[in-house]
Amino acid sequence: MPSSDFNFQKNHFQRFGLPQSFKLDTAQLELAFRALQAQVHPDKSAHLSDVEQRLAMQRSTLVNEAYQTLKSPIKRGRYLLSLQGVDTQEETNTAMPVDFLMVQMEWREAVADAVQRRDVAALEQQEARMKSSARELEAELAVKIDTEHDFEVAAQLVRKLRFMEKLAEEIHSAYDEIDN
Amino acid sequence: MALLQISEPGLSTAPHQHRLAVGIDLGTTNSLVATVRNGISVVLNDEHGRAMLPSVVRYTADGSVVVGESAQAAQSDDPGNTIVSVKRFMGRGLSDVGDISRLPYRFVETLSTDPVRPHGMVQLRTIAGVKSPVEISAEILKVLRARAEASLGGELVGAVITVPAYFDDAQRQATKDAAQLAGINVLRLLNEPTAAAIAYGLDNASEGVYAVYDLGGGTFDISILRLSRGVFEVLAANGDSALGGDDFDQRIYCWILEKNQLFAPEARDARLLLTLARTAKEQLTEHNETHITAVLSTGVLIDNVLTQAEFEAMSHNLIQRTLQPLRRALRDAKLSVEDVKGVVMVGGATRMPQVQHAVGEFFGQTPLTNLDPDKVVALGAAIQANLLAGNQSRDDWLLLDVIPLSLGLETVGGLAEKIIPRNSTIPTARAQEFTTYKDGQTAMSLHVVQGERELVKDCRSLARFELRGIPPMVAGAARIRVTFQVDADGLLNVAAREMTSGVEAAIVVKPSYGLSDSEITRMLQDSNQHAKDDMQARAMREQETEANQLLEAVQHAVEEDKALLEPAQREHIETQMTALRAALQSADHLIIKRAITALNEATVSFAQARMDKSVTRALSGKKLSDLEFK
Repeated sequence: MPSSDFNFQKNHFQRFGLPQSFKLDTAQLELAFRALQAQVHPDKSAHLSDVEQRLAMQRSTLVNEAYQTLKSPIKRGRYLLSLQGVDTQEETNTAMPVDFLMVQMEWREAVADAVQRRDVAALEQQEARMKSSARELEAELAVKIDTEHDFEVAAQLVRKLRFMEKLAEEIHSAYDEIDN
Repeated sequence: MALLQISEPGLSTAPHQHRLAVGIDLGTTNSLVATVRNGISVVLNDEHGRAMLPSVVRYTADGSVVVGESAQAAQSDDPGNTIVSVKRFMGRGLSDVGDISRLPYRFVETLSTDPVRPHGMVQLRTIAGVKSPVEISAEILKVLRARAEASLGGELVGAVITVPAYFDDAQRQATKDAAQLAGINVLRLLNEPTAAAIAYGLDNASEGVYAVYDLGGGTFDISILRLSRGVFEVLAANGDSALGGDDFDQRIYCWILEKNQLFAPEARDARLLLTLARTAKEQLTEHNETHITAVLSTGVLIDNVLTQAEFEAMSHNLIQRTLQPLRRALRDAKLSVEDVKGVVMVGGATRMPQVQHAVGEFFGQTPLTNLDPDKVVALGAAIQANLLAGNQSRDDWLLLDVIPLSLGLETVGGLAEKIIPRNSTIPTARAQEFTTYKDGQTAMSLHVVQGERELVKDCRSLARFELRGIPPMVAGAARIRVTFQVDADGLLNVAAREMTSGVEAAIVVKPSYGLSDSEITRMLQDSNQHAKDDMQARAMREQETEANQLLEAVQHAVEEDKALLEPAQREHIETQMTALRAALQSADHLIIKRAITALNEATVSFAQARMDKSVTRALSGKKLSDLEFK
């Protein structure tokens, strides 16, 4: 693409020509991502000058970043809130309902148990439980952000989803551990 | 140079001229070069009609270097000066090489004085002096380059060089350095399984999820790709960069030693037996048993029969070792075996029946072997080189590859904090903020690592650098923003900036085991490849154009965004601009190129700041209702 046509200032939704909402047409996102990458990817300017190649790297990096952010529900939620000037305070705000924390602890123990017993089936079961719970939180997040514009509650939901994400990472490495 | 607004597109040669570009498969055992001719990818043969160049380099007393078949023929007679499987040493230190007593080489561990590169890449003492794996690999590349230029009748515009998908940053950088040393312009480092997928996918117009199982001479890769409407998207890559066909030879070799009660044979006999082991392995692809016979220098007679069943039993756990990365790659791609539409076999080692059987069983389908597993990587690389050189005007495709291993930083307690997770689509960048640990801490040491393990000591150390001049503050008050940028070759750049004071440090990560720029410059000067006047002249013109273009762009950017520059930073940029203007007078394209690179590097953080500025401008203080929808 001609150098002047790429606008670094667009936000991620504008970049792909998508409406700025939590609800997202993932098929459309993927199409838009591929179409844009087909224009800006460094492979398209490998025969041009170093200057052009560096520019292509930055553009392509930005397009990848935008795609990864919108594709992942938790990142999308966090990003939408940041556009509203709302910080999700995932590192600092640790206030969580007790029952939620209890469930988290229970799940974590279940994962540790499964690793100890090298029980892949138990791990899969726990993963399914975690995923279905994450789906529910995401559905709630869509309502809070898109319909009710309740960003404080939305931030709390993102914090909860972060717990799920950490658990997912733990389950992922647990599979590797059992495999070793 | 990372400036954001450039009006002029890059100047290059005439648009309709076919640019000579090749794909090079720099293999552990064999290397190949291929090109696209009349729209078809073909492997280029040597004058004897041979496609494969054995990746063997022999240094002789008279200073000449022999590469390929003749070097291979001499390996039993002159094992210490005949380097085989040099790819295993690329970007590796002595401790990575493993049991060196089995190898006939005299290793030298060089301790670099450069603080940024604490450990040297392993080097080998030969009759012609100490040689690094980069130099040895460059000899192989020079032969392939000469073969290509003779065959195509002109100078190459560039080459795509393939690397194992599971190569880390140090190994990739070493490969790129070797190409540079051989006088080859690297259009792209391309992952071997991805190259194979291109050759297959474009050939068969495939759609769906494919697995590429690539067992080469010394490396194992598994890549999971999704092919759809002209896009090759790598979903996950995994592997083992120290497992390959060589290990199967080694199993047979150990079996021969055991059968004949031999202990520590001398180098010449060891080399002979290893060659016989390889032949036996190849024989067992077609036959149920094979005879191994030899007379050693000690007069000992070797006469054994090895059956396919025995070979299968002794190599069982090697094959099992390939299945674990396979399971991981599928999990990372969030897919199961049933989602995989086809399995492509790459690498000579996949000819072994037990490998095909194990892979077929794992996926529940017969693997595809309709393209020659020895040639498919080079063929795919040539197709990509043709595209990158700008020859493919219609029907082009898009390749989205990933970084195979996570990149991170060491934090307190020797823990590795991941900044860019494995299987991120490249190019990619990620910034993370860190803070000080002690009150009044004014410097921070950054240690860049690559790998999946939690402890730094279990990851590969890529580089160390220091950020100095942090204003004294209470512990935890400083905000140090570290930016990782991985380019389309999978190579990393790191920059750090203290946010409250603007103190900066940046580094191109080609360190612990890489070569410094000055080392490469020295090697380039040593190399007579660069003596050719016509080539000099062309390179001069290109560098001049690039230099002028860059100077103009920087000038423009500095005028436009003065506010983003600290006085010291601006001075630094201006110094480099002056240096580049002076270099232009030197009539030496290498000097100009160095000066261009220096100016580019001097402007990295400025460009970053310009990008940050435009990103922040887009996000700060706007409400949903203020933003335009497109």
